[in-house]
Amino acid sequence: MSSRRSRNSGSSRISDDQILELVSKLRRLVPEIRDRPSGKVAASKVLQETCNYIRNLHREVDDLSQRLTQLLATIDADSAEAAIIRSLVTQ
Amino acid sequence: MMNPQRLSLSFSSTSYKYRFVQGFIRALKRINRQKLATSLLSRSSPTEIYKRYLKVKSAADASMASAVGLRRAWSRALLQRIRDQERINFGNKYYKYCPAGTRIRGKSTTFTMIRNIKRSSDDRNCKDQESINNGALGWKANELRKLVPGGEAMDMCNLLDETAHYIKCLATQVKLMKRIADFASA
Repeated sequence: MSSRRSRNSGSSRISDDQILELVSKLRRLVPEIRDRPSGKVAASKVLQETCNYIRNLHREVDDLSQRLTQLLATIDADSAEAAIIRSLVTQ
Repeated sequence: MMNPQRLSLSFSSTSYKYRFVQGFIRALKRINRQKLATSLLSRSSPTEIYKRYLKVKSAADASMASAVGLRRAWSRALLQRIRDQERINFGNKYYKYCPAGTRIRGKSTTFTMIRNIKRSSDDRNCKDQESINNGALGWKANELRKLVPGGEAMDMCNLLDETAHYIKCLATQVKLMKRIADFASA
């Protein structure tokens, strides 16, 4: 599988901008950084906060899975599905 | 009175949420049936409960990856990982988490399909890999690679792009799982 390298060896600035753009996209998605009013955040800080955020989300998935395992018997599947999809539509 | 334009907008952006909710609740139904099929004595043993928890967690991850489909590297990698895990746990007859619309016949078909889709979407113009990996970003990026499914094989651009999509879907997965749990405990 070939990966296309930057054609202009002189102006790697194009790819720098790509990375900056992607880092700022991440900045908007990670609540820890997004909600902080300060202006510039270093790219390495963005990545660090992103890692922390992903780990938190993984932990929440674990906790919720445990909770759902206990609630398994009480889930009326059809009404649950209907109620939640209804809530998605009215969002 | 709902604005029809607003309704259609929300439809297109939430279709993967529908697929997740449908797929995950179906999986929970199935896991509950399996629970009822085990003897009364063993089904509340700690081992059985732990195995059930693993199934629920795996179902949640796989349902989201399935809902996203094969167009993202992270969802492909996650589906492959879960399938490999199932093969170890349950043997070759188990391919529960096939993305909608694909008929997975066997290992060779799966890999061919994944490889062909990967080829078309992963060619991106990106800065020289070495200079990125040796910089300050490279160090943090390696940590990120371990957290994002399939991250080990991605260059910097793809990694950041896939991460953005991954955390969006992961946050949605948490939100929807919470809703299901709240509904069930009401």
